[in-house]
Amino acid sequence: MNRYFKTIRLFWSTAFASQLEYQLNFLIELLAMFGTLLGSIFILSLFFTGGRQLGDWTWESALVIQGVYTFLDGLTNALLRPNLTEIVNYVREGTLDYVLLKPIDSQFWLSVKKFSFAGLPEIILGLSIVFWSSIQTVSSFSIYSLSVFIISLLIGFVILYSVWFLIAASSIWFVKTWNATEVLRALLAAGRYPISAYPVILRFIFTLVLPVAFLTTFPAEAILGELKFNILFLGLILSSLFFIFSRLFWEFALKHYTSASS
Amino acid sequence: MRIFGLSFKLIKTLLTTQYAYMLEYRIEIALWALSGVLPFIMFSLWSQNDVGNSFGLTDIGLARYFLSAFLVRQFSVVWVVFSFEEDSLSGRLSPYLLQPLHPLFRYVASHLAEQATRLPFAIAIAITFFILNPSSFWLPSLPQLFLAYLSTHFAFTIAFLLQSLVAALCFWTEKSSALERLIFVPYLFLSGLLVPLSAFPSNVLKFAILTPFPYLINFPAKILSGMPVDIFNGFLAQILWISILIPSVNILWKLGVKRYTAMGA
Repeated sequence: MNRYFKTIRLFWSTAFASQLEYQLNFLIELLAMFGTLLGSIFILSLFFTGGRQLGDWTWESALVIQGVYTFLDGLTNALLRPNLTEIVNYVREGTLDYVLLKPIDSQFWLSVKKFSFAGLPEIILGLSIVFWSSIQTVSSFSIYSLSVFIISLLIGFVILYSVWFLIAASSIWFVKTWNATEVLRALLAAGRYPISAYPVILRFIFTLVLPVAFLTTFPAEAILGELKFNILFLGLILSSLFFIFSRLFWEFALKHYTSASS
Repeated sequence: MRIFGLSFKLIKTLLTTQYAYMLEYRIEIALWALSGVLPFIMFSLWSQNDVGNSFGLTDIGLARYFLSAFLVRQFSVVWVVFSFEEDSLSGRLSPYLLQPLHPLFRYVASHLAEQATRLPFAIAIAITFFILNPSSFWLPSLPQLFLAYLSTHFAFTIAFLLQSLVAALCFWTEKSSALERLIFVPYLFLSGLLVPLSAFPSNVLKFAILTPFPYLINFPAKILSGMPVDIFNGFLAQILWISILIPSVNILWKLGVKRYTAMGA
């Protein structure tokens, strides 16, 4: 276990050093982040014109969802995208061979090799929005609601990671899965809005098929102290299933890996 | 006969080879087509929460608008900066620059070929949409269709030129695709992909129409869906943007080629 922490530290400190070369990139990401946030809040505000609500969510509580979304988007930009979109290159160039030969778990290696520090401001900003806008509604946080919030965020992240990894792992067969991640990104954008604002069929799909609800709506309910216990329980089961499946799928995919070039 | 200084034979060869190339990637292109579902997600939110009412928009009008926005986006998507960056970093650009053909035309041809490959998938998605929302079915009149077609092509031209401007920066920096984000973010919110611009508050609208973005989705989509729209001024703005962008791309490109150092090769 210690070995894994040490590896992560080494990976991320080299990532930091190499990214210092591209400081302009960091600035661009920062600008893009503020632009995106401003735009999303503006679009959200259109739903509230004339004093209406969005699927029985008030303006402040809908902002909590935006905050959770921003936080997860930051994690995606920092960790999931840089690592998981690389897998396809390893497969195409045959360099996955070297990864598999390393005396460390290959899924672990592929998932944490890089860390893009440009995603960090988004993570911090997302959490700040969550706390700032939820304090408007609940006035104070209990230890209980905070811990439920952290657990449900973990559930959300594990599901997000597993779905990303599943798609990335399918590049063992299809070399162009970049497009599939774009489809995923488009669908995940649905998480910017509360699940109860969608028509019934979509609510069902976004809860059980592609669990967008577990990514943003439920963590937001948790910090507002409204999350039902059975949903948390369902989330724990669902996220474990997704993670186990991603693991089994990776082992299955590796059996079909035939290496390339060399 | 020559178009933009290119012989007819050259254009035909470019398009047919690129089309043959694109046909190989049908599944990928189908996935790209699917990744444009955002207008449909927005439509489900608008109709479920009855938001259109506040802006004087009916459900059927919204359904048609969002489907049109989806279709316009399908045929005005641009990715030239990503291809160009790859070609530039891997050194493939060097032989292109030696040919008596401006490299940008090659990318134009591959975009047009990709749009042709996309067509059946876009139609399939539109049919699915009509099956799910039968009341929204409509067939635009021929002049409407022609104007929408024309304005979508203009929208594609503007988007292509905007991204070429960023792509030309590849001559200065290695990672110009990162700069593309700075175009994409305002495009996403100001183009009308997420909401028809008529729902914008007037001060935001005043700002938006000064940018090229509303003419990329909102204007063609309104024509196609039969919403009231100022056709004359819309086309005027599109042509104005094109005539500003063409010389800018040309100048930046010429300056850039002088600095080209043939990376990779």
